[in-house]
Amino acid sequence: MKLDGKVPAGPVAEKWTRHKFDLKLVNPANKRKFSIIVVGSGLAGASAAASLGELGYHVDCFCYQDSARRAHSIAAQGGINAAKNYQNDGDSVWRLFYDTVKGGDFRSREANVHRLAEVSVNIIDQCVAQGVPFAREYGGGLANRSFGGAQVSRTFYARGQTGQQLQLSAYQALSRQVAAGTVRMHAKTEMLDLVVEDGRARGIVTRDLADGTMASWSADAVVLATGGYANVFFLSTNAKGCNATAIWRAHRRGALFANPCYTQIHPTCIPQHGDYQSKLTLMSESLRNDGRIWVPKAGGDSRSPDQIPEAERDYYLERRYPAFGNLVPRDIASRAAKTVCDEGYGVGHGARGVYLDFADAIARLGKDAVAAKYGNLFEMYERITGEDPYAVPMRIYPAPHYTMGGLWVDYHLMSTIPGLFVIGEANFSDHGANRLGASALMQGLADGYFVLPYTIGDYLAPRMGEEPLPTDHQAFREVEGEVTDRLDRLLSVQGKRTVDSLHRELGKVCEDECGMSRDRKGLEAAIAKIQALREEYWRNVRVPGAAADLNQSLEKAGRVADYFELAELMCRDALDREESCGTHFREEYQTEEGEARRNDEDYKYVAAWEWTGAGDTPRLHKEELDFENVPPSQRSYK
Amino acid sequence: MRLKLHIWRQKNANDGGSFATYARDDVSPDMSFLEMLDVLNEELIESGEEPVAFDHDCREGICGSCGVMINGSAHGPESGTATCQLHMRKFRDGDEIRVEPFRSRAFPILKDLVVDRSPFDEIIGAGGYISVNTGSAPEANLIPVPRDDAERAMDAAECIGCGACVAQCPNGAAQLFTSAKISHLAELPQGRPERFARATKMVEVMESYFGSCTNFAECEAVCPKGISIDFIAQMNREYLRSRFK
Repeated sequence: MKLDGKVPAGPVAEKWTRHKFDLKLVNPANKRKFSIIVVGSGLAGASAAASLGELGYHVDCFCYQDSARRAHSIAAQGGINAAKNYQNDGDSVWRLFYDTVKGGDFRSREANVHRLAEVSVNIIDQCVAQGVPFAREYGGGLANRSFGGAQVSRTFYARGQTGQQLQLSAYQALSRQVAAGTVRMHAKTEMLDLVVEDGRARGIVTRDLADGTMASWSADAVVLATGGYANVFFLSTNAKGCNATAIWRAHRRGALFANPCYTQIHPTCIPQHGDYQSKLTLMSESLRNDGRIWVPKAGGDSRSPDQIPEAERDYYLERRYPAFGNLVPRDIASRAAKTVCDEGYGVGHGARGVYLDFADAIARLGKDAVAAKYGNLFEMYERITGEDPYAVPMRIYPAPHYTMGGLWVDYHLMSTIPGLFVIGEANFSDHGANRLGASALMQGLADGYFVLPYTIGDYLAPRMGEEPLPTDHQAFREVEGEVTDRLDRLLSVQGKRTVDSLHRELGKVCEDECGMSRDRKGLEAAIAKIQALREEYWRNVRVPGAAADLNQSLEKAGRVADYFELAELMCRDALDREESCGTHFREEYQTEEGEARRNDEDYKYVAAWEWTGAGDTPRLHKEELDFENVPPSQRSYK
Repeated sequence: MRLKLHIWRQKNANDGGSFATYARDDVSPDMSFLEMLDVLNEELIESGEEPVAFDHDCREGICGSCGVMINGSAHGPESGTATCQLHMRKFRDGDEIRVEPFRSRAFPILKDLVVDRSPFDEIIGAGGYISVNTGSAPEANLIPVPRDDAERAMDAAECIGCGACVAQCPNGAAQLFTSAKISHLAELPQGRPERFARATKMVEVMESYFGSCTNFAECEAVCPKGISIDFIAQMNREYLRSRFK
């Protein structure tokens, strides 16, 4: 298989503009003759479904939550980037493009990233028009804050709930289309498989989570906007229901899976505090604007932090990276925290934590000013830990948060299965080996509002007059049968262990061997452990209840079954990539100062994996990356 | 901590349902309320019983999925806190805790603690948006928005749509939820062209499902986001003005 990214010719800054003119159009009267399935209702899914509905397509949108409003985009806190240059501090589309390519450690596709930077300005316009109550200056203009990995202030925010406000505005736009009849919304409905016939995506098979009813849905195109797979680690900042089933089932049906080893471990999360813990909570990265990160200079120092004098503290980020200090990109901040804890300087439960200290900020700005900026985050921290961060420094530790890897897509956001589009975190396209803060919201809305509505027409236009496959076609029947068999199999094991206990064990293997640092020996051991655990899963899991019922254990069981397969691919990809880049840090490949050593000679490619059958070794396909505009360099934040 | 839980168990929408009692003797004060239920569920599964079904997702107090009545109070004893952010250190050793679903005629119970809150989506669909198609927005800084207006809009927009307001209201009214969206959009210049049509349509749909507001203010007291009942007054003004247009 030859991977063609379909990147248009011409200078990078003109590619998208020119290409939009070259794309085939579906005329307004014909759009209603096409039907499109959108799976997921987060920023990408809701914005796509709403925009496609506005254009006149028939859209069916699905989400597993009980309302489209609840998708996990809602939990993003810090903000959304846009190259508006309202601060007059030297920002531009080119700089956002440059920062994102560099931040991704030269493992993303330049053309996609430039397009993202271009449409970033339209996103802010759109969201303001929809009523997003962004923070404002006294003059009534929009306010900005700075964020990790950038030296300009380009992040727009709504208190600490930017994701919530963007999600609700996309949900409201979607609700408007639902009321208008262009979109049918199917909440509490989970996609369990993709139907492919004649090499094209034709529809999906779903399960109604309220009563277990299975159903088939046919359409002219299928869009997956189902988010990432950080829950493979069990403990992550993702919502408990976030899952990779849609993209994994599509992968098994022929969609290549790209760069699964690029997983982002977010530096500022509340550390784990017990074995019963169900998830980790993120504290916005914006806290690093004013908080200073440190550990005691003496390992095992058990004094309370306020008793440790200034001279006995190691502000290790400021020491190692004087230019960016506490604002280095996420991968670097996370790894540095892990390193100091590995060396025995950690604090708190299990000595897996570092201090994030606001004492200087409170002294400089006053408590009220700090409260105005971060009040809700401080309250959240206190609710969870029982400690007052105005009085004692927060303790933080990195946690799995976002996955840059995902289904491979071309410039049109179409996967290797024609008619299957993948948008938002579910695809691999824009963040390379590391995502910068405040750019996930940007990508989700860019794909949904401003990219997919153009590119999907190019696929549909030549298919005018073709009928979608009827849902009683053999292809649908077969997939329905396979899905039902799989659920029955999970219910019939009736072993001794719960889904969660096995998932927790899988997560531990992934965190230890395929987390913030990896090496060959560990990864090889991890693959063997994952295979053994997967075997135990299918032999010894206990799933109570029935398929034809509201059965939350069964929902989880299906998702975790897919994680076992995905986890193995993630480790294989990490093993194959014998270099360190971005979040992928291989112990064997580092500089003398302990920084990542990239190998552009041999690994300047997208690793896209093909499913070859259960138990078989997946096949690697490579998309070579060209950097014509941002010459690859060693990332330096010193 | 040792606790005695009385949890509402109901097989499905048609089942009558009843309380089941579970004794817990190793609850950590650092657990969240839902983690306490997770541990109970693990044990139920291992002993061959069906776990307690409850809605939850982000567990960060923002998605609005979770929410149960805890000793008669929506989201439990800690103010400004959704069920998922409530921690067991807010209870005392030896406590008995009664756990029930959010009850309201408009929120039928699907199973155990899970209810159907879809009427909220219908209220938003009736007008809880600004009618602007993708691509037709003007430059974002073209219309200045006074900072205080933006802040007030944000105060209202923080609603997470959990339904605690309805569950706590003796009348099962949804005024707080509906008014939060009407006020959020009415505060912003972008939302003003449709403000009266919006208020009319949203209130109509609200009244078709939910009870009437008689100013108990129980909703404000349990709202995990502290949404103020001032917004209900604002909604009433919007609605009344829409009648005289």
